[in-house]
Amino acid sequence: MQTEALLHAPEAATQPTLVVDRLKAYYTTKAFGIDRDIRAVDDISLTVAKGEIYGVAGESSSGKTSLIKTIVGAIRPPLHVVDGTVRFNFSGQSYDIYDMKPDKLQAIRWRHLSYIMQGSMNVLNPVRRIKHSFYDFAFAHMGLDRATFWDKVRDHLRRLDLDPGVLDSYPHQLSGGMRQRTTIALATVCTPEFIVADEPTTALDVIVQRDVLAMLRDIQRDLGSSFLFVTHDMSVHATVSDRVGIVYAGRLVEEADTPTLFRGARHPYTQHLVASLPKIGDTTRRASLPGRPPSLADPPSGCRFHPRCPLAMDICSREVPTMTNLTPRHRVACFAVTGATP
Amino acid sequence: MSLILDIDHVSKTFLQGGLLSRRSVEAVKDISLQIEAERPEILSVVGESGSGKSTLAAMVLGQQLPTRGRVMFDGIDVASIRSSAARRAFMAKVQPVLQNPFEAFNPLKRVDRYLFATAANFMMAKGKPSRQEIEERVDRALVEVGLTLAEVRGRFPHELSGGQLQRTAIARALIPDPRLLVADEPVSMVDASLRMSIVNLFGALRDRLGLSIIYITHDLATAYYISDRIIIMKKGEVVERGNARAVLDNPQHPYSIDLKNAVLTPDFA
Amino acid sequence: MFTIIRDLIRYNIEFAIGLAILLLLIGAVILSFFSPYPAADIYVVPPDMPPDAEFWFGTTSRGQDNFWQLVIALRNTFAFGLAVAFLSRILSLVVGLTAGYAGGRVDRVLMAINDSIMVIPHFPILVLFYFVLKDEMNWLMLVLILSALGWSYDARLIRSIAMSLRTRPFTTQSVYSGMSMRKILVEEHLPYVMPIVFATTMNNMIWSIGMEITLSVLGFTDVDTPTMGQIIYWANSHSALISGIWWWVAAPVVAIIVLFIGLFLLSMSMNEYIDPRSRLNRMGS
Repeated sequence: MQTEALLHAPEAATQPTLVVDRLKAYYTTKAFGIDRDIRAVDDISLTVAKGEIYGVAGESSSGKTSLIKTIVGAIRPPLHVVDGTVRFNFSGQSYDIYDMKPDKLQAIRWRHLSYIMQGSMNVLNPVRRIKHSFYDFAFAHMGLDRATFWDKVRDHLRRLDLDPGVLDSYPHQLSGGMRQRTTIALATVCTPEFIVADEPTTALDVIVQRDVLAMLRDIQRDLGSSFLFVTHDMSVHATVSDRVGIVYAGRLVEEADTPTLFRGARHPYTQHLVASLPKIGDTTRRASLPGRPPSLADPPSGCRFHPRCPLAMDICSREVPTMTNLTPRHRVACFAVTGATP
Repeated sequence: MSLILDIDHVSKTFLQGGLLSRRSVEAVKDISLQIEAERPEILSVVGESGSGKSTLAAMVLGQQLPTRGRVMFDGIDVASIRSSAARRAFMAKVQPVLQNPFEAFNPLKRVDRYLFATAANFMMAKGKPSRQEIEERVDRALVEVGLTLAEVRGRFPHELSGGQLQRTAIARALIPDPRLLVADEPVSMVDASLRMSIVNLFGALRDRLGLSIIYITHDLATAYYISDRIIIMKKGEVVERGNARAVLDNPQHPYSIDLKNAVLTPDFA
Repeated sequence: MFTIIRDLIRYNIEFAIGLAILLLLIGAVILSFFSPYPAADIYVVPPDMPPDAEFWFGTTSRGQDNFWQLVIALRNTFAFGLAVAFLSRILSLVVGLTAGYAGGRVDRVLMAINDSIMVIPHFPILVLFYFVLKDEMNWLMLVLILSALGWSYDARLIRSIAMSLRTRPFTTQSVYSGMSMRKILVEEHLPYVMPIVFATTMNNMIWSIGMEITLSVLGFTDVDTPTMGQIIYWANSHSALISGIWWWVAAPVVAIIVLFIGLFLLSMSMNEYIDPRSRLNRMGS
């Protein structure tokens, strides 16, 4: 018995923190006789390793927000899971998000998962000092006595280069950047193993954005947490993400380590996203793609990118390309890259 | 040399708070800025939120009046515009391009109504225009931005992409033949795959139609890419100004240097 | 129009029930024009008869057929509630939209008037009006007075929505399209406040009909126009409940409850239909 457990231990340590397998989640609406299925998440598989920052990039209404809502189990009708599994591994324990009781899911969310969203600094109660927000949010879940709790909070703030004095401030006394950083400290004080960040820097100015991104990097290094980092901004991914998955119209189209993706993207959509980024010191003309992002209610047949694709072939409008490994860490779904065999 | 826009030592102060604890906040401090009529250009105004760049834009559009100083447009003091006829004549020459194209059109209404309304209301000078004249004007403006009336007619906002909507909004602004567009963060909500088409369009409009554009943004990379001149604002003041490429290639003011260094550059080459 | 009603009946059970009740009421209103007896005449039938095959809702102590009294009263009360709701909705829309959009001095003046009306206690004012006007206090006068009192809360609600609509970018777009203020208010902003207008119509009718009944029961209205309140007034003055003539009181009370349930279901379902969010959903955005 004991030897067997020991034998399995190293394997458990290298298990990915998140495994999403063939996940499909649709919005189904019925209004006055018109039934519609919006395929917001359509057959997405991905894994996030322990301590990894996995970036999800995609345009507005590409389904990236639905994807993360589905992954953390925070969906409500009309969005529902049609197929597939979401499995987390926390401290060697495996949890299937859609195969467990709601109260247990709630407990896991508090202990292991954390969610940072755009404009999340608004969670701070404007008429109470910051420390009340920390107390209300975290005290009950950490199971510590008061003195140890506040020591731990102060340590956490110091570790993130924040002055523990912010605890005695009111939110309006802090700048926007300080507020956002304090909120991130609040969201990570329970040392979550998995952090979902949804456009956490989108509304911020460049200088504040730089500080917040540096802070998220610190958290990942110090706490060893895994991140699912969602933003439409490719230059943010270039700065923080270890690996990036590109979502187009509800499907994953390419995934690779960040340097590989920026140096050698293979999917024409990714290539365009990388090439169209303007840079200071470079005035060569940047073009944009023809056409428009498709509607998820009525997506194009076959490969959903084919109406805008410069490399489109016959097969692209008929068959759906599957994610194929080019190297062990570089997957792409494109017939023009992998050859026209579905 | 005539000036199309002459911002002359302009300041704007807002009063905040209630009766007892009233304090004033200076959003814009003593800014001067000129755009020449003969030299159409794209002028970028960059700065963090709260730097006063949007207040400056609102004053150019006549939505807010300066506390001190004058905003002169084509020889007329914007603050002196009172009558609705004068207001309409001013609006014909200065038009806004709004930030979020999805918000800029009433989602319950067809987008073409704004185009037709603009044409009908601003072509009155030459007598009441006929339906055909209005449609021709609208179509001409849409062609200018790479669309046609056939593509836009009868469409609701949700039936168009962010890029198409932003083009339609620009086409609407072009209908009265304005001399100046004031674009406040016009591409920040447009999808990455369509963003550069809007930025490129600004350059084309400057070159083809000879109109000037005030491009307000926090994105230094697109400012560098498209603009002729740049002003960098911090806390209501201009900290650095000049040729956009020269300023951004070699910023002098500590804040400009900080700003440039904070720009994330995806360089893996 | 026809397809909208067909869809609503097919997919919205509340609408179907509400519509059925409304049709029943309209039937009663039409029927009221064929009453065999003039409404004000008394002792035309044997008094105090309980409901039976000949007198469906029984007869009153004044020798009137309760059924025919009721359908005529229903017509008057229904018309009364609709008229007050219609007039006061127009007032609250004009004031709310204008104040919210124009802001500044216009807003302050309109809201000063609005708030004055809001704090005036309505019932004593109505009693005062009755004593001043006496015989001139007829159906139409009461409609006008209640309309003038019944718009202020809703104008505030509409103003708050109008204020947020003013800051929406599409309003700026409309302004720079050269649209007039009237056009912006009527064509751009009105659709967003219609759900509120419908929702408050219900409340307003409950309020105005309630007021009318209260005044009638106390005899502070024109006693010759039969309304729901009038029936209860006469029933009360003949001590109908004590003498066991329960149908005299029960008929108007049940009729009012049915009327309100029907109106409530209709306004609920129509609200859902005209709400901008559900409209956008149907349009497929």
